[in-house]
Amino acid sequence: MDPRRAPRTVIDPKVRQVGFFAPPDRAQSVPLQQTSDSPSSPPLSDISPSGNSISPVMIPPPRHLSDVSSRTIPAGFAPNRLLSPLQRFSGESIIPVGSYNPSEFASPSVRDFFEDKNARSPGPRRSRGLGESGKFASSLPAGGFELPPEVKPKSLTTVSVVSNLQTNVTEKAGDQSNDSHGANSKPLKEKLSKAERRALQEAQRAAKAAAKAEGNVGSGMSTKSVKSSKAPTQKKDTASIATHEKRGGDRPIDKDRKKEIPHPRMQFDDMSRVEKANKRAVVKQTEVRNRVELFRHLPQYEHGTKLPDLEKKLFRLGSVHPAVYKVGLRYLAGDISGGNARCIAMLQAFQESIMEYTPPPEKALNRDLTTKINTYVSFLINCRPLSISMGNAIKFVKTRIANLPLTLSESEAKQNLLSEINHFINEKIILADKVIVRHAVTKVRDGDVLLTYGSSSAVELILLRAHELGKKFRVVIADSRPKLEGRLLLRRLVGKGISCSYVYINGVSYIMDEVSRVFLGASSVLANGTVYSRVGTACVAMVANACGVPVIVCCEAYKFHERVQLDSICCNELGDPDAISKVHGREEINHLKDISNDENLQLLNLTYDATPSDYVSMIITDYGMIPPTSVPVIVREFRKEQIWI
Amino acid sequence: MWWRSASFILDRNDNLLQDDSVPKAESRMLSPPSSSMAETLHNPNPIPINNISAYYQTRAAHHGVVTSDWLAQAQAAVGHDQDTLPSDPDSSRNSSSSEKPFSVIDEFNNWRKQPDLAEAVAAIRALASVIRSSEATTMMELQRELKTASDSLKSWDTTSISLTAGCDLFMRYVTRTSAVEYEDFNAAKSRFLERALKFGEISYKARKIIAMLGQDFIFNGCTILVHGFSRVVLEILKTAAQSKKVFRVLCTEGRPDRTGLRFANELAKLDVPVKLLIDSAVAYSMDEVDMVIVGADGVVESGGIINMMGTYQIALVAKSMDKPVYVAAESYKFARLYPLDQKDMVPALRAVDFGVPIPKKVEVETSARDYTPPQYLTLLFTDLGVLTPSVVSDELIQLYL
Repeated sequence: MDPRRAPRTVIDPKVRQVGFFAPPDRAQSVPLQQTSDSPSSPPLSDISPSGNSISPVMIPPPRHLSDVSSRTIPAGFAPNRLLSPLQRFSGESIIPVGSYNPSEFASPSVRDFFEDKNARSPGPRRSRGLGESGKFASSLPAGGFELPPEVKPKSLTTVSVVSNLQTNVTEKAGDQSNDSHGANSKPLKEKLSKAERRALQEAQRAAKAAAKAEGNVGSGMSTKSVKSSKAPTQKKDTASIATHEKRGGDRPIDKDRKKEIPHPRMQFDDMSRVEKANKRAVVKQTEVRNRVELFRHLPQYEHGTKLPDLEKKLFRLGSVHPAVYKVGLRYLAGDISGGNARCIAMLQAFQESIMEYTPPPEKALNRDLTTKINTYVSFLINCRPLSISMGNAIKFVKTRIANLPLTLSESEAKQNLLSEINHFINEKIILADKVIVRHAVTKVRDGDVLLTYGSSSAVELILLRAHELGKKFRVVIADSRPKLEGRLLLRRLVGKGISCSYVYINGVSYIMDEVSRVFLGASSVLANGTVYSRVGTACVAMVANACGVPVIVCCEAYKFHERVQLDSICCNELGDPDAISKVHGREEINHLKDISNDENLQLLNLTYDATPSDYVSMIITDYGMIPPTSVPVIVREFRKEQIWI
Repeated sequence: MWWRSASFILDRNDNLLQDDSVPKAESRMLSPPSSSMAETLHNPNPIPINNISAYYQTRAAHHGVVTSDWLAQAQAAVGHDQDTLPSDPDSSRNSSSSEKPFSVIDEFNNWRKQPDLAEAVAAIRALASVIRSSEATTMMELQRELKTASDSLKSWDTTSISLTAGCDLFMRYVTRTSAVEYEDFNAAKSRFLERALKFGEISYKARKIIAMLGQDFIFNGCTILVHGFSRVVLEILKTAAQSKKVFRVLCTEGRPDRTGLRFANELAKLDVPVKLLIDSAVAYSMDEVDMVIVGADGVVESGGIINMMGTYQIALVAKSMDKPVYVAAESYKFARLYPLDQKDMVPALRAVDFGVPIPKKVEVETSARDYTPPQYLTLLFTDLGVLTPSVVSDELIQLYL
């Protein structure tokens, strides 16, 4: 594992495991550790070791942490004080890695959500939230010492956790009950003996078994199953991590969150926050049971549960414009896919809604329309997480609304907005593609073999144009399950008379020998040159690089983003896990059919991955052909020149 | 620049001619480029040997072994003012398509005859004189005239990167002025001219600036490997030598135009210890080299360079032995090109003389230049400053967008 991720893994008590893991092992390893400790030793000392012993990768804790624990903490208070800073980070599992600025992604609902918190949070704690924006290493020990006495962690009472599980309430409710128990739970915790702890473990295990049975029964699509299916996931957490996780208590820490701008992206492994968001959500979604540990912070819902529910609600959702609603449903159903198509559909829906919009009396159009757009966006996020291109387009629309001169009449303002959006679609998407095609065609020579992966609209235009120009070339389309998007592209290209080969991504290393250029599309290009694209792209680019084949990425400049991302974990989208566990029409190989709910089976269907810039030879954008190192220049110039300031 | 002046050439021509064993081959290279020059652009494959790049031909004329042709021109240059030089046959033929009272090509060729004047600077000066002699009465007309002039210059030699880039940059620099908006025509025209002359001046001084920047990298006792004949590199070395630095230079002999020989000769005159080696001996002697300094025909968007054949392999060897590779290039050589590999360029061909007759069935690689990707370059010395390869694209985007 690379060193940059180490501090995060250590600080977060929920030890993220690489790859798949088996819960039983973990459950055993925790008591083992604890029994080996003498009862008098401070609990912290077993936290990082036990956490690490679970993890397949051993990461030594940062030195300053252990220094603090060994030197400066009085014995009596040691557990609480030391745990709380740790716990604080478990509460918010985003510790910014790199300089990325996720504010664009924060949905309005998320934003509202944070502001609520801020309003309720008590004054003296305010300072503790400040150090969170990246330099946790320095703020960590300080946070431990300044901890005021009244914020002693309250919810260690694993007893109450167990009861939560048995009554099948979600973690959020569990936290609240923990809060109410707070006063007596703390002494209780300190009196815990070895035997008691073991008893607790047993109880948890029993509870887990019970809930699992329930979860298996209630796999229906009703709203009831939301709760029942959530319980196992959460239970898994609590069973394994309960001993330390519950001590800090999530709630007081959540309150600590200060008005941080930028807002972090919603983290879906934070149960309390997910609960709140769900309350606001229009769309009821069913969480998938077994999620891969490393990707817990991403939302994953069972496919097909949302659509019927949404259709029912069509007439009750006054706040969402029908055009937006329609687009949202089509996202959900997968009718619209591809960055450009989704973006254009969304902008056109916004146009339609703006056309029919009249500001309520006594409200300024600027303000009210922005909140309107915000509700639309949060609805769309509920249907499918936003792509980066959509985030940029939304930002554009919002700035345009905010910058409308107040002197404009309502109809003028609307007209202005509509033409601005039209302008964006034409210039930044359609015209940009034409420019990209013009540049890219110069890189196609006679006799070339071009490889593309998946189905990118820009690459398709390039291939068609090169064919129109009479260039003699051959196309290899690499594709992968489960979406098999390349087949449609293949069909269209063959229909135009281009000679094509079709391989699965498994065959890429074989076919790469005969390829002379690799053309790839991208969902986004990030400021460090990382190409964020359909999962599998990184693999194709790496193979091409290893074979010395130039990799050309075609991406419109409006998809560029100033964030820096080093891996494809922190920001991604999870697809329907059933799609990879089932093969349609091949009953004889559907071996996973009846075990897809098994606790030991975690299916990971990633949608995107990040290709490091080393593997990219050139990025073709509407500003010409640039090396990946020049993406920040384009981002900078692009902004200066026009759109969003 | 005394050592590049025509009179200096005349003084030295005796011993140079002694070095030259194949004057006939050189004079063949100096034959006018064929009229099918433009066709090579669209036709990358065929290599008829008469498709000789005008750019490399000029270079051969300037830096190669002095030929009788060249001497005739040099003598003429000594005797007359630059502007009254008789235009040489190929320029008159090339400009025949644009028969005007004032031909930018003629003007360009006049300037080009000055050996120490880079081709792009010659083009910039020629374009400036287009403005001066223009009879246009409106701004639009003047701009259109400039545009056609620069287009004809660019099409005159499509293989020369610096010529194209210099013309483009000139158009950017000169015509993008706020003067266009409000002043009356004559004032705007004189503003244009002023900017044009200023740009010409900047381009002309670029070499001096680079020399000042680059000589800081040369330390006492170092060994420098150079490739080909680059006036900028020579200027750097000369500046370093003048500031009493003690260093040694290894010159690769760049076939077929014997540029290494010429370069070694120049350095010997500066009393710099110099050693000549054939380019196949680069890897052999790389371990005693402290740095590689090369010039560039063009700097492309990726930050890589296009330079005389052999630069790429030297950069590869240097990279594998962890030696720094420095590139000295004026900013008017920055071009909006992005070659992906060696074959992804407009081919620039030149005749290679092997000294023996080549059997008919044997193919000869006649490409004159190669592309060195940015990962093999350490730094670029330019008049914009000392840049890493990735900054080139930044500068280009700012220059062109």
